[in-house]
Amino acid sequence: MKKERKKNLYQLAAWTWSWVATLAIATLGPKYIWDDHYFLTVFAVSVNFANGILMIIANRNLYNNFDELERKIHLESLALTLGLAVVVGLSFSLLDSTKLIAFTAEISHLVMFIGVTYLVCIIVNTRRYS
Amino acid sequence: MKNRLKVLRAENSYTQEDLADIIGVSRQTINAIEKEKFDPSLPTAFRISKLFKLPIEAIFYFEEN
Repeated sequence: MKKERKKNLYQLAAWTWSWVATLAIATLGPKYIWDDHYFLTVFAVSVNFANGILMIIANRNLYNNFDELERKIHLESLALTLGLAVVVGLSFSLLDSTKLIAFTAEISHLVMFIGVTYLVCIIVNTRRYS
Repeated sequence: MKNRLKVLRAENSYTQEDLADIIGVSRQTINAIEKEKFDPSLPTAFRISKLFKLPIEAIFYFEEN
């Protein structure tokens, strides 16, 4: 179980970092590397998308390797994160559309919020059962 | 749900890590079961019962508050 866990963790880490790298290339490449070349931009976005799918599969493999308590912890954390992401995300968007905040609500804000929320939920739930 | 897992583990000189490896769960799960913070699934309860050669009801029992 430990060997399998390590393998799944390393695979997820590798796919996550390569996804981040391909995202950075697809974001910055058109402006700084290939001067808005259509084919290269489509290719970079496609590679990033395929990498994202492989990252999701690696995450699912890790999840399937979890035992029952770990699954419970992650399921509770996912439920809280999903609920908060929808509620906070839409409220944030509403604040932007009604011009109650001075800056534009970006999708990256929501992604960061989801990441932090999930991390906090995992830490709190892990402590609850230890 | 209450259980006698900690006592049985001590009687058989297993550490939480040993038991976790044999049963196929994490050490944290064994700890949570012993502290009665988490009820194991039926397959895990059966594996524990098989390991200690005791019926499930001799290890896990329900106690109304």
